[in-house]
Amino acid sequence: MSVTERTDVLVIGSGFGGAIPAYHLAAGGAEVVILERGPHLTAPDFTHDLRLGGYTRIVDLVQGDGITVVAGNCVGGSSVVYFAASLRAPGFVFDRRGSLGHRLWPSTLTRAALDPWYDRVEEALPVAEQSWDQVPYPGGLFAAACDRAGRTCNPVPVAVDLARCTNCNWMLNGCHFDAKRSMLLNYLPAATAHGAEIRPLHEVQTIAPATTPGYRYRVSYTRLDAGDYRLPVGAGAIEAKTVVLAAGALATPVLLQRSAPLLGGVPQAVGRYFSGNGDRVSIADVDEGKVRDLLGLERAPGIPYQGFPIGKPIGSMSYDRLDPATAEFTRFSLQQIYFPGITDLLAQATDAPATSWFGVRKKELRARWPSWLSVLAMTEDDNEGVFGPPPPTGSSTRVATSLCLSTLSYRPTANTLRGWAAADAEARAVLERDGLARVRPWSENAAGSVSAHPLASCRMGDDPATSALDERGELRGHPGLFVTDGSAVPTSLCVNPSLTIAALAERACPGIVESTAEEGVRARYGAPVPR
Amino acid sequence: MVPGEKRYGGDMAVAGAAPGPGAVQAGAVELLNLPDLGIGVLLPELALLVNTRALAYAATHGRVLPPTQPPFVALRFTDRTALAGELLTPGAPDRQLYVLLALFAAAAFDTAAHLHTAVAIRQRHPGLVWIGFPAPGADGLWRFPDYSYGRRLASEHPLTTVGGHPA
Ligand SMILES: Cc1cc2nc3c(=O)[nH]c(=O)nc-3n(C[C@H](O)[C@H](O)[C@H](O)COP(=O)(O)OP(=O)(O)OC[C@H]3O[C@@H](n4cnc5c(N)ncnc54)[C@H](O)[C@@H]3O)c2cc1C
Repeated sequence: MSVTERTDVLVIGSGFGGAIPAYHLAAGGAEVVILERGPHLTAPDFTHDLRLGGYTRIVDLVQGDGITVVAGNCVGGSSVVYFAASLRAPGFVFDRRGSLGHRLWPSTLTRAALDPWYDRVEEALPVAEQSWDQVPYPGGLFAAACDRAGRTCNPVPVAVDLARCTNCNWMLNGCHFDAKRSMLLNYLPAATAHGAEIRPLHEVQTIAPATTPGYRYRVSYTRLDAGDYRLPVGAGAIEAKTVVLAAGALATPVLLQRSAPLLGGVPQAVGRYFSGNGDRVSIADVDEGKVRDLLGLERAPGIPYQGFPIGKPIGSMSYDRLDPATAEFTRFSLQQIYFPGITDLLAQATDAPATSWFGVRKKELRARWPSWLSVLAMTEDDNEGVFGPPPPTGSSTRVATSLCLSTLSYRPTANTLRGWAAADAEARAVLERDGLARVRPWSENAAGSVSAHPLASCRMGDDPATSALDERGELRGHPGLFVTDGSAVPTSLCVNPSLTIAALAERACPGIVESTAEEGVRARYGAPVPR
Repeated sequence: MVPGEKRYGGDMAVAGAAPGPGAVQAGAVELLNLPDLGIGVLLPELALLVNTRALAYAATHGRVLPPTQPPFVALRFTDRTALAGELLTPGAPDRQLYVLLALFAAAAFDTAAHLHTAVAIRQRHPGLVWIGFPAPGADGLWRFPDYSYGRRLASEHPLTTVGGHPA
C-alpha cells in the first residue's frame, strides 16, 4: 500500500509555522505539499458545544510529567482554537540569558530586527486594536482593578474581525462566525490558491535521507481514521528537496528524535530546553458588592459584574511588570483571560492543596462562577522541560479522544518558581485590595503546571551546544531541513507567543526559498502579504 | 469530586454531603460510559482498584467498615475526601487514572460533556444551572450584544508602542 511521491517542498503541520512558509514557497513558484495530522474543518463545523466529540476533535490535552499542555489538532493548527491575543514580545526578551549566563537568542535577533516581520504578520492576519468600548466586561473589571491599585492596563490587540465578532466566548471550539483570523482565512487559502496541496489526517512519523538523486529528504507518514485518530488506515512516503518541520513544540522534537538514527544523528538540543512560556493562571472569586462600591461598575441595573462567560476570552492586560531594568525571572505580563468549563476543575477553593480543588467548598465556589475572573501571568521560565524517548508513533500516546500522554517532563527550577511567586503576589495586590476578590492559582495537584504556549524544544541560537537550529532556522548539520514553529523560539516571551512565532516564520522564508532554489527549483522570494 | 444530595432515602453511593445536585446527578456515570470515550468497559476494574485503596485506608486509619457495602461507599465522607486527596497527590501510584476520573466527573457537572450544550440548557442540566451558564439564542448559538462597560477604565502603559504592544 505504500507509495513514494515527490515534491519540491514538504511542510509538516499547518499552524502558523507551517502555513506561512507554505504560502511564500507556493507563491514563489515551488510545488508544495502540506501534511497535517488533524482533520480539515471550517466555520460551519465549529459549533457552540461542550459535548465530547465536538471541540475534542480539534484540541488535544497533552499530559506530561509535571505539566499539561493544550494544543490544536487540525488544519490551521492551534490558530484555529487559540484566543487570538496578538502581541509583540518586549525588547528585553531577546537579551535573555537564562541560567546559562549567555545570550539565548541569535545575536542578529532583536525586537527592532523582528519589527518589520511583525508588521507583515499584523497586516496579513490582520490584527485589530480593541478600543475600550470593545473590551468585554471581564477585561473592563480587570482594568478598573489595576487602575485602583495604581497600575496601568491596556486593551489587548487581537487577530479578530471586530465587526463580525459576537463576543460569544467560544474561541476554543473554532470560530463559527469566521471572525477570528486563523490560518484558515489568510495564509492557507493563499497558499492553496498558488497550488499548495493540504492533506489532512496525515501524521508524519519519520524524516530520512531521500534515495532519489536531487531530493534531500524522504518523509514517511500514516493516514489516520477520521473517527478515531488512534487507528492508522494507510501509509506512504514523499521525497522533497526542502522540508519545513512545523508540527508544534510538542511534536517537532519528537519527530526528530525518532528520525535521529535515520538522519545520522540530530543536535543534542533537540527535545531539551522546552518552555511553557511561564504560563500561570489564577482564579479570582470576585465580590459583586465591592465591584459596585470600590470600582463604581454596573453592567445592568443591580448587576455590577457577573460577566465571566461573556466576551472575547482575552480583553485587557498590564505591562507594568515588563520593566527591562528589573532582574531576569521577575518580569511578567498579567492578562485577563477566560477558559471554558473543562478547566473549572483546577480552581482552588481552599488553601489545603491536596483537597482544595474538589469537594464541598469547591462546589460553593462553582455557585459563584459568573463572578469569577481569571488572569494569566506569562513569566520568564528556565527552559527546564525535557522530552524522554519517543513513543512508537506520532508525538504522544493518545489514550482517549483528545487526551494524550507525552514523555515531556517539567520540573520548575527555583528561577521559574520565583517568577510565579512574583506573579501571584502581583495578582493579589491588584485583585485582593480592600477585599475586591479572593485569588488563588490553579491547582498543580491535578495536572502539574498548565500551558497553552509550548515553546523552545528545538530552539534557534548561536551556541550549537544549547540550540538545535542556526539563526536561519535550519537544523544544524541537515541542510534543507528547516523548523519554523513554536519549538524554534528560544525562550518564554512574557506575552502570548503566536505573533512572534509567525514573525519568525516570515523571517525564515527568504532563506528557505533560497535553499530550495539552490536545489534547482525555480522559486523566488517576494510575494506580497496574502489577502 | 462534586458532592451532592442523596438521590433517594438510603442512597449509599452518594454521601449527601452538600445541598443540591452533584456530579452523579449531573451525569458522571453516563459520561464515563459514553462510547466516544472508550473507557466504559474498564469501569468495574477501576471500581475494584478504588475499593482496594479504600480498604487499605480503613486499615491504616482504624476505621471499621460494614461488610455489606463496597469499601469506598462504606467510608465516611470526610474519609472519602482524604482518600481522594491521597490518590490524586503528585507521585501517588496510578494517579493519572484517578485524575482522568476526576476530570470526567467535573466535566459532567461543569460542562455536561455527555450532552449537546444547547440541549443540556433546555433540559435544565443540574451542573449548568448550578454554575449559572448563560442560555443561547433561539438558533442555539451564543451572542452577547451587550458585552462591555463601554469606557476607558485604566490608563495605558506610557511606553506602549504603535498597535498597542509593550515596548
Ligand atoms: C486554547 C489556546 C489558546 C491560545 N491563545 C493564544 C492567544 O490568545 N495568543 C497567542 O499568541 N497564542 C495563543 N495560543 C498559542 C498559539 O496558538 C500557539 O503558540 C501557536 O498557534 C503555535 O503555532 P505552531 O505553528 O508552533 O504550532 P501549531 O499551530 O500547534 O501547529 C502544529 C500543527 O502540526 C500538526 N502536527 C503535529 N504533529 C504532526 C505530525 N506528526 N504530522 C503532521 N502534522 C502534525 C498539529 O496537528 C498542528 O496542526 C493559544 C493556544 C491554545 C491551545
